[in-house]
Amino acid sequence: MPAPLIGASVGRKEGQEKTRGAACYVDDMTLPGMLHGVTVRSRVPRGRIRGIRYEGDIPWNEFTIVTARDIPGKNVVTLLTEDQPFLADQFVNHPEEAIVLLAHTDRFLLEEARRHVAFDIDPLPPVFSIEDSLARKAVVWGEDNVMKSFLVEKGKVDDVWARADLVFEGEYETGAQEQLYIEPQGMIAQASPADGVTVWGSLQCPYYVHKALMPLFGLPPDRVRVVQMTTGGGFGGKEEYPSMIGGHAALLSWKAGGRPVKIIYDRAEDMVATTKRHPSRTRHKTALSRDGRLLGMEIDFVVDAGAYVTLSPVVLSRGTIHAAGPYRCDHVRIRSRAVATNAPPHGAFRGFGAPQSIFALERHLDRAARALGLSPEELRRRNLLRQGETTATQQEVLEKINLPSLLDLALEKSEWRRRKEEFAAHNRSGADAVKKGLGLAVFFHGSGFTGSGESYLASVVGAEAGRGGRVTVLAASTEIGQGTNTIFSQIVADALAIPYDWVEVAQPDTSRVPNSGPTVASRTAMIVGKLVETAALGLRDKLRAGGFLGVTYDDRAWAEACDRYLDLHGTLQAQAKYELPPHVKWDDKTYTGAAYGAFGWAVYVAAVSVDTVTYETRVDDFVAVQDIGRVLHPVFAAGQVEGGVAQAIGFALYENVILANGRMVNGKMTNYVMPTSVDLPPIRVFFQEVPYEYGPAGAKGVGELPMDGPAPAILNAIEDALGVSVRKIPALPEVVMEAAGCL
Amino acid sequence: MRAWLPGYDLLRAKSLDAALRILADGGGETRVFAGGTDLMVLLESGDLPPGRFVSVWGLPELSGISVTDAHVTLGALTTYTEIQAHPVLRAEYPMLCEAARLTGATAIQNRGTIGGNIVNASPAADSPPALLVYGAEVELISAARGARWVGYDGFHTGYKRMDRRPDELLRAVRLPRTPGGSGAVHFYRKVGTRGAQAISKVMIAALGRRDAAGVVADCRISLGSVAPIVLRCRKTEAVCLDRPLTAEVIAAARAAVMDEVTPIDDIRSTKAYRRVVSGNLVAQFLALLAK
Repeated sequence: MPAPLIGASVGRKEGQEKTRGAACYVDDMTLPGMLHGVTVRSRVPRGRIRGIRYEGDIPWNEFTIVTARDIPGKNVVTLLTEDQPFLADQFVNHPEEAIVLLAHTDRFLLEEARRHVAFDIDPLPPVFSIEDSLARKAVVWGEDNVMKSFLVEKGKVDDVWARADLVFEGEYETGAQEQLYIEPQGMIAQASPADGVTVWGSLQCPYYVHKALMPLFGLPPDRVRVVQMTTGGGFGGKEEYPSMIGGHAALLSWKAGGRPVKIIYDRAEDMVATTKRHPSRTRHKTALSRDGRLLGMEIDFVVDAGAYVTLSPVVLSRGTIHAAGPYRCDHVRIRSRAVATNAPPHGAFRGFGAPQSIFALERHLDRAARALGLSPEELRRRNLLRQGETTATQQEVLEKINLPSLLDLALEKSEWRRRKEEFAAHNRSGADAVKKGLGLAVFFHGSGFTGSGESYLASVVGAEAGRGGRVTVLAASTEIGQGTNTIFSQIVADALAIPYDWVEVAQPDTSRVPNSGPTVASRTAMIVGKLVETAALGLRDKLRAGGFLGVTYDDRAWAEACDRYLDLHGTLQAQAKYELPPHVKWDDKTYTGAAYGAFGWAVYVAAVSVDTVTYETRVDDFVAVQDIGRVLHPVFAAGQVEGGVAQAIGFALYENVILANGRMVNGKMTNYVMPTSVDLPPIRVFFQEVPYEYGPAGAKGVGELPMDGPAPAILNAIEDALGVSVRKIPALPEVVMEAAGCL
Repeated sequence: MRAWLPGYDLLRAKSLDAALRILADGGGETRVFAGGTDLMVLLESGDLPPGRFVSVWGLPELSGISVTDAHVTLGALTTYTEIQAHPVLRAEYPMLCEAARLTGATAIQNRGTIGGNIVNASPAADSPPALLVYGAEVELISAARGARWVGYDGFHTGYKRMDRRPDELLRAVRLPRTPGGSGAVHFYRKVGTRGAQAISKVMIAALGRRDAAGVVADCRISLGSVAPIVLRCRKTEAVCLDRPLTAEVIAAARAAVMDEVTPIDDIRSTKAYRRVVSGNLVAQFLALLAK
């Protein structure tokens, strides 16, 4: 038997192509006769379109021009709710809404033309904040601006307030955040009535684009083809927006008689127009006993969805389910709402609602501990969820979880007690304007789609054997920088005991690969990875059943078996289809049951310095301890955690989306401030591996978990340093200084 | 790139005389292109007004650093990289070197010039506070009137306005040697939005010296990003000069500077924050000087 590849940091599958510059991104691709396309946007946050004028000294007859009137099928981006058009027709609902598309061979002239399209729009009253939307200052969506709401009820929270020793309340806010993948969004399309629609692009979910393009053109599944090109990051930002760009490029191509059209957003357009993390506001009311037991929690969680529904119900769902954290509490009520504003729609971003609600909870518990005179770690320790107990949705935790052990390791690695004392002495001495603090957060993140979501998806993965025993994985799950191709290859190589180099992963192309579901929700390793394993084993079983392969075999025997099978049958394929594990039972009506097959569990500790000259916060040290089940690839897994923590430090301290009339006014990397390498601490990553029965080799998800904990840990550390309670992020120096009463 | 290139003419001058002639012939409409680190950003975003430009990049008459007993003179095209590497600048003008180090990234430091930093006339520019404190003078030259030296203090007359005629080119900057004498404290701090690649929210360059009795004999304070122009804080300096640095004097200086600055709210920070941090930075400088 060869040494197992799972658990080893094998070479990245597509790494060489990328380092040699040979990887083909969508902007590297040129097709004969190709036009460039641009989008002309409203600029008015809400209004009725009266007219479109094509002005200036522009040879307009040379341009392909598309408006809503040119759409051959249905003018709606099909996803969850049919409210968002590809092109605004009579009304605009946010200032970056697309109204006109232009295409031309000369991309510089195209930009000049874009500046000369003018709209006559009668403005309607807009709303821009959660509070104004809830107050129905203007009704901008549906009857009451509420796009979705959830209610989670466990026990009888109304009965606990009277018997609590402490009822502690607080309100918390989080801001929008831009994904800032390295490669901006872009698509190429070739579309005509004769040839159907093909799009190539930078995307996470080929079948989402496929689903959106069919009704746009009124075409059946086999006449629409979506191909993922090498993709430079996504973080959720390329979950649903590629449907929009792909649709736009295809509409232009359709109008241009089938000439291919390329639309590539520059950074400025990508930042202002595409989706960002939902801003949120959370209110907590918590009943505690004197000794720190959580008796009851009432949580009101609201997210700003922007102008259209997009993925907001699902983001809200995840935020809701995670809002009460990994704690034992018999009486919980969580009420949540996604409300409309006239900003561009907010969408998927790593963590998907959980970083928002977990920020509120973990800040709140720290403050409650302070109010009780307990240390923050002790308050949490007394309430940590144990195996067999239930979450807020009454999901019985069947996994072997050991949160106390994760907490102990995090305290040990961060030298919590020693440094607490050292920092307190430092701060007391008053000799230094720089104050120091330590903070922690305990949290969890569910892997895979929520509740019955995975059974609706019914994902399928294929495997195909070729000459010489080579195996190709057929899946729509995309490599977007996170290592999908590598872990799939590790899984196959180990399952079949064949060399890693014999495995390849097919380019996601809807004409070739089955629908393994979207590349989201920390599901690729745990859910799709398991299907990859099953499909690969299906090849082996077919060979054995046909007598081509013995019970034991080596590489050569495998290769010969494949060759002989192919000689006889021509092809060798196997498929695996997702089946919900028996313990995952969910009731959508009552919002109770097993929300996720498994959770990742974590305890993070941040050490910070706050300079009281400028109120700038610096994270000096970061310890990230987690259980993500079996670690498939240690370097990638640590990379996921480091990247997530870095991104979350941006979320916590730096990244501030400034909207004026719904438009982002700091849509440049010079003034939308993401941290640089000099702003980041050493990020020390530790795993406790508790294998999960239904994951490949015991793996669970890792992608989103590290986004959830850093912000509250950092803000808790700021409070430890200054004794000042900051309850909103980003905790810019201006915010901290104001909270400190120095402004 | 969003600019429509046919809207731009870029002439490359082969000599200083040629550049001055182009400027003189342009009827005041020709703009100067040096390292391009400001103009290229605007071009990329489609925000650079179309028109005629003259490139002076590489002209030897505008390049190089020369040292005499009285002055160090930097050609207008001296880059941030060259500033950081120069031994005399490092020894005598540490704040200018620090400003150069904190400007943009390496690629920007290789192209960005001291002259460009001055005539771009941003109140958030990194090197002007140091130049003000070091008593810089700038040389302007035109085909019609020849050369003239003017003090840098007073050169900027308002937001993006300065004492430069449209046909004039900034040729050089000179700094008197050994500012503040030996034993002077040089204090430069850029409060950016992050640790690198930042545009400042508030910035201070300050130089001070106490005599043997502990009385402040020299005190020069300049702040950036807190007024329409980079500010020399004369009133605040006056509070400190000829006094010992007692807690009362430091408190008075803090109050004075908070009164002297006229910051605004913008996308990088707020008026209130800038005012408080200006006070805190001056107090931090004076506490250092008092040590």
